[in-house]
Amino acid sequence: MAKRLMFEKPLGMRDTLPFFYNQKSKAREQLKSSILSYGFSFMDTPFLEYHETVGKVSATKEQRLFKLLDQQGHTLVLRPDMTAPIARVAASQLKDAEYPLRLAYDGPVFRAQQAEGGKPAQFEQVGTELIGDHSSHGDAEVIALLVESLKRSGLTDFVITIGHIGYVKAFFKDLLGNDESTKELLLEHLYRKNYVGYREEVKAQTLTDDKKNALLALLDLRGGEEVFAKSKSLARNQVCMQAVNELKQLYKLLSNYGVESHVKFDFNLISHMNYYTGILFEGYAPNLGALLCNGGRYDTLLPSFKLNASATGFAIHLERLVEAINDEENGETRLGVIVDDDTHIKGVQKAKELRQQGYPVLLQHVDQIPDIQEFKNQLKEHIDFTAKGGQNDE
Amino acid sequence: MSKPLVIAMPKGRIYEEAAGLMKQAGYHLSADAEESRKLILDFPEQNIQVMMAKPMDVVTYVEYGAADIGIAGKDVLLEQDRDVYEVLDLKISPCYVAVAGLPNQPLSRIAPKIATKYPKIASDYFRQQGEQIEIIPLNGSIELAPIIGLTDRIVDIVSTGRTLKENGLVEYEKITDITSRLIVNPVSYRLKGEEIDEMVNGLSKAVEVEQA
Repeated sequence: MAKRLMFEKPLGMRDTLPFFYNQKSKAREQLKSSILSYGFSFMDTPFLEYHETVGKVSATKEQRLFKLLDQQGHTLVLRPDMTAPIARVAASQLKDAEYPLRLAYDGPVFRAQQAEGGKPAQFEQVGTELIGDHSSHGDAEVIALLVESLKRSGLTDFVITIGHIGYVKAFFKDLLGNDESTKELLLEHLYRKNYVGYREEVKAQTLTDDKKNALLALLDLRGGEEVFAKSKSLARNQVCMQAVNELKQLYKLLSNYGVESHVKFDFNLISHMNYYTGILFEGYAPNLGALLCNGGRYDTLLPSFKLNASATGFAIHLERLVEAINDEENGETRLGVIVDDDTHIKGVQKAKELRQQGYPVLLQHVDQIPDIQEFKNQLKEHIDFTAKGGQNDE
Repeated sequence: MSKPLVIAMPKGRIYEEAAGLMKQAGYHLSADAEESRKLILDFPEQNIQVMMAKPMDVVTYVEYGAADIGIAGKDVLLEQDRDVYEVLDLKISPCYVAVAGLPNQPLSRIAPKIATKYPKIASDYFRQQGEQIEIIPLNGSIELAPIIGLTDRIVDIVSTGRTLKENGLVEYEKITDITSRLIVNPVSYRLKGEEIDEMVNGLSKAVEVEQA
């Protein structure tokens, strides 16, 4: 392996420079205040967890986990998401808390990158988990909060696509019976968005044309409200009907919140092979090549920590949100106070006064400034107490 | 007018065939434009921008969202395993990936070696066969490898089989069929859904006509 140069960082790791840091803080604060306004409580968990516990049940693929050993030889993982650690806490320290439980988080997660750049291996997620509300009201609350948070952070143009894994599974069960391997294959094609492979697989099956057409029609079940009628006519059993009714109910509740214009439906949306168990969703914004946020209902994660409850939540990829908002305004707010030996005391007093008024103030001794004009240019305003500069232009 | 739909296309024969299908679907991407050395071609009257890219790179542009749509060989999709939607088989440039080598030459029993431009496809295939092999990556003229005794076999694209034949090689196994596919960036698929659906439907009809 080539010797590393001193400035290099591990693959996928990024520095956050002041300009981006400020934009991130701003977006983070807006998201957090929206989430707090819905009565969610923020919490945090450690960066390191046992592979045996959180690592195993997390939705992140094994090969994308960062693993290390502790001194006793246990395998640890850098947390790949926040949902699994929060499930661990909900099932242990918070198991006697009042339900439904509304928890929120904000922090970095880690997912190893295999190939080239452009994809961070550490990124910040802001999200929520609503634990112990099994109803569509829970799903609606989480999605409405997601939409409101995104809007409040300054994003105007975005789409949340909602699907239902229960529909797809029941649909396959009805058409393919107990042919588990075909079902698995078709789900895999949908998960990988390989519609060509899906169509080929369906055509290769020994099924009646009627059944094949139904399987192919699944690919067209997406759009707005109008898609419910189509999906009902395709639904062949009670479980499918129930899933459609759940989505209809969800749509109605989202209209109550007034966020339905940001919502679309897609009955073949599969965000993860076996994690979500009901409604699931993904959010997209222009100028981003990848997902902005996602979430859904999961019923098997909490039981794996021996807590019998259903939960739903979302996670927003903070860096991508900042990129999507693309807030050009780089408001320099700092004031400068330039002093020399004689005027230092005056400067300290002035700086203190301004800081109390809420301004960020830079107090700088003139001898340490290489180029006085450059120095002044970077600031919003400045006061020069030195003899040369004269005392003025505030 | 909204932002144009950006399409990443490979140069050469695939461009011509794809442009033919596009034309049937009602999108006129003039063929002579292909002869110029420009990398970006604008078709403002159709609100389309075409990026000329290396076939291997089309998928990359689409995955990162630099292009909304792309036309890429299934071989590249299999080799690179990227996060894009594969929405339509255009059925153009048909060929297949195969294992080939000198006639009557069994695989080495000590350390079978395979030369290929497609390390992932080759190693996935042999792993499925229960064989552990060593890959020697090459960039072109793969047929040289078995002739000069560098490797036991090659894994490469075969369209007519002429190159194999002229170099005294035979085909051992076919791995998979290859055609060009229409791929879409996941975000564009959601945000420009209507435009893209319209194009996919048009192309899908054009493909059916061609196949009939």
